[in-house]
Amino acid sequence: MNQTVDALSQRAGQRRFPLIALVLLVPMAIINLVAFVLPVLRLGQISFMESRSGGVLTGNYSTESYIGFLTDRFSLDLIGNSLFLSLSVTFITLCCAYPIALFLHRVSPRWRNVLFVVTVSPLLVSSVVRTYGWMVILGEQGFVNGLLMSSGLISSPLRLVNNWMGVTIGLVEVLIPYMALSLIAGFGRLDVNLEEAAASLGANAWTRFRRVVFPLTLPGVALGCLLCFVLSISSFITPKLLGGGRVFLLATEIYDQAVIQLEWPKAAATSVIVLVIFGLALAFYSRVVRRFE
Amino acid sequence: MIGKITIPFRILVLCIYLFLLGPMLIVLPLSFSNDSYLTFPPQSWGVRWYTAMFGHQKLMEAFQISLGIASTVTVLGLAAGLPAAYAIRRYSFPGRDAAMSLFTAPLLLPSIVLGLAILLVFVQARLLGTFTGLVAAHLIVTTPYVIRIMTTAFSTLPPSVEEAATMLGASPFTVFRRITLPLLMPGFVASAALSFLISFDEVVISLFITGPRMTTLPVEIFDYVESRTDPMTASISVCLIAATLLIIFIIERTLGLSKTIGK
Repeated sequence: MNQTVDALSQRAGQRRFPLIALVLLVPMAIINLVAFVLPVLRLGQISFMESRSGGVLTGNYSTESYIGFLTDRFSLDLIGNSLFLSLSVTFITLCCAYPIALFLHRVSPRWRNVLFVVTVSPLLVSSVVRTYGWMVILGEQGFVNGLLMSSGLISSPLRLVNNWMGVTIGLVEVLIPYMALSLIAGFGRLDVNLEEAAASLGANAWTRFRRVVFPLTLPGVALGCLLCFVLSISSFITPKLLGGGRVFLLATEIYDQAVIQLEWPKAAATSVIVLVIFGLALAFYSRVVRRFE
Repeated sequence: MIGKITIPFRILVLCIYLFLLGPMLIVLPLSFSNDSYLTFPPQSWGVRWYTAMFGHQKLMEAFQISLGIASTVTVLGLAAGLPAAYAIRRYSFPGRDAAMSLFTAPLLLPSIVLGLAILLVFVQARLLGTFTGLVAAHLIVTTPYVIRIMTTAFSTLPPSVEEAATMLGASPFTVFRRITLPLLMPGFVASAALSFLISFDEVVISLFITGPRMTTLPVEIFDYVESRTDPMTASISVCLIAATLLIIFIIERTLGLSKTIGK
């Protein structure tokens, strides 16, 4: 269908004068140039600039920001922290979103539409609001501690926020809708007849899931994992608020370097390193996907 | 039995949904707390923090600024994105695919990196802490969605439909009013609503480029949450969630959210 439409529009387009097309593209191109192309080029340029202490640019070019970053123990820990957090968050998010996607695939169409809206609607609620909600639930005098204390299970409040635990919980919740959407998009190949065939050949529920259901949904799983990995490695609001200044990641470091220390070349170099990790994740994803096909 | 939904599966899914919606549900009871600090369950009840919220001058100013920015971004984003989407779908020219990739590329860049990059350019152009700067920065985040949605909308509207109407004697204006516009309406409304919500909620890029005189509502809330924890943020959250729900409800009733976003 789409190919026919493309062919049709292409044929119609050939009869028209492309100068109009250029005029129509100009406003969008200006926005893109001013707020995307120029900033990205400038980011790359500044990452190779020299700065004196206090962030004053000397005007000379050097690779000191990169060398400084890659030889500093604390900076290397940041990469390790970010990778570990993103991988664990991605895995937990997959475990939480998979049942939702499977449920939506099997439930009746009427319920599916309602639950689909419920699943994506958190995406439209500000991440600051959702993170604040977690502070209420996990805080020292929050919901969970209040419940456990009044039931007499614990005598002093558990530390659930301002640490890695809080950041992990918050990020998983923020990312579930993205993962669920990717999974649902990839569940099209799942056919109940295949499961019935496997059952008739004597496979039990676990074997059916492991050998039939899960392999068929792998493309969706790969897409969801890529999306959640890149979103969590660049997440800032949730680690900043739920980490309480005790969780140090690449994204929080970029912000601190740029806004608090005003060390722009360092912040730019850290950003470029994040982009390199992005590129590597994308390359890994393409390799994995090619293996499915 | 195969492919059926068992009771334990139902319970598991219910728990995950509670986890997913928990942070948004918990703020409702807390917003009616009369305590000075964040305690749950609240010791006393009342509307103290709603009153405080409406009396908080800086917050109300930021709210008005955010409304202004989001409306401007929605209008300008559609004004720039719609012609671009039309050109990409209806004309063939060299670099058409490159234009499409370039216009949707900002979605791929993490907002923390994009925010820093925009800061570095805007500080030279003296656009930091200005309305123009914030609008330009938000446009780069919302227009990829407009382009995506509208190119899809244009491709489900083959030129032959318009050509048929013209052949039957309709004037170009009538064709636009009776054929093009109604068929584009779902995509148009979805782009507008999404642009507005994304701009209104945008916080990471805004954090880099807002100044003391010009700050948006999410940045103001972020600063507030970072410096103190009292139930006022819960009251603000309830109002924001209610507004979002209203918009979702209207779109769902008129167009069907799963149709507009899912396709």
